[in-house]
Amino acid sequence: MAKQITTINTASMADIAFMMLFFFLVTTNLDVDLGLARMLPPIPDENQQQDDVKVNRRNVMVVLINSQDRILAGNQPIEIGQLKEKVREFILNPADHPDLPEKEIRDVENFGPYPITKGVISLQNDRSTTYDTYMRVQNELIKAYNEIREEFSMQQFGKPFIKLDEVEQKVVRTIYNQAISEAEPRDVSKRARR
Amino acid sequence: MAKFSRKLKGGLPAINTASLSDIVFMLLFFFMLTAQVRKFETKVMVKVPEATEVTKLERKDLASYISIGAPVLSHQAQYGDDARVQLNDSFKEVDDIRDFIAAEREARSEVDRPFMNVVLKVDQNVRMGVVTDVKQELRRCSALKIVYSARRAAQ
Repeated sequence: MAKQITTINTASMADIAFMMLFFFLVTTNLDVDLGLARMLPPIPDENQQQDDVKVNRRNVMVVLINSQDRILAGNQPIEIGQLKEKVREFILNPADHPDLPEKEIRDVENFGPYPITKGVISLQNDRSTTYDTYMRVQNELIKAYNEIREEFSMQQFGKPFIKLDEVEQKVVRTIYNQAISEAEPRDVSKRARR
Repeated sequence: MAKFSRKLKGGLPAINTASLSDIVFMLLFFFMLTAQVRKFETKVMVKVPEATEVTKLERKDLASYISIGAPVLSHQAQYGDDARVQLNDSFKEVDDIRDFIAAEREARSEVDRPFMNVVLKVDQNVRMGVVTDVKQELRRCSALKIVYSARRAAQ
């Protein structure tokens, strides 16, 4: 009699593996977390004297969102589409306009002296502002900074910001530092809370 | 021609499916390695707002999640439909954030602690009041690195 070879039927093996595969597909989340990274200011020390440096009026732009989700930038009501241009103008101040922030020539490490703006954007909101509007404003502010950084990288290094090496990226970040201050919460509406 | 017809006579040979399981196992291991198990069920409805300037969260293991939104329908009878804060897997008050952050810090190794960040998953219809309260509480715990979770908007 010929040699008898018994093979195990492996057809169901694939089914078992498929079952496990589907289990993992259902129970896992592959979505990457995306978001706007921000840094909160530390709580000011209560014992510390409130001797904050007198900030020049021209160096601050207040972006205010009221309870009706209307935006006020630099004391002017503004539409969200115009906000980016306004912020750009505020940061760059190309014509050295006396109403826009002053610049100070500072020595940037690995780059040399460069006029750095002293402008700060102060973002304020009401307690009943919707989060959606707040995020859209945040997004516009960051977009303005990203655009300026992009242009600066192309101009100075001839490469987009993302292709720069770490040292160069740090230079760009130092020169156009995201100075967005999320102000201490307070009621911007006239009536009292609740 | 003759050769061809003779071959057909034997009927179709069975395809060997032994390697199929290997392929599926390969897929399985790929998913097991790349994905992480969902940590907790969400009890609040969160639809994060859209943004164009989003960045990717670098270290998922160093992130703590705070969700703010209206409770899901099955919980609304009990908790109402006002925006609530969810830490891990239960509804909490803003005051509980302090303990939550402390516990999250404790769970990470000392080297990683400065790189921890808090991901705020906030529904787009939530009012800023509760978000501001949470932000203030985070500042008090000096958990200053935060990420506002957002969807990538269609350009």
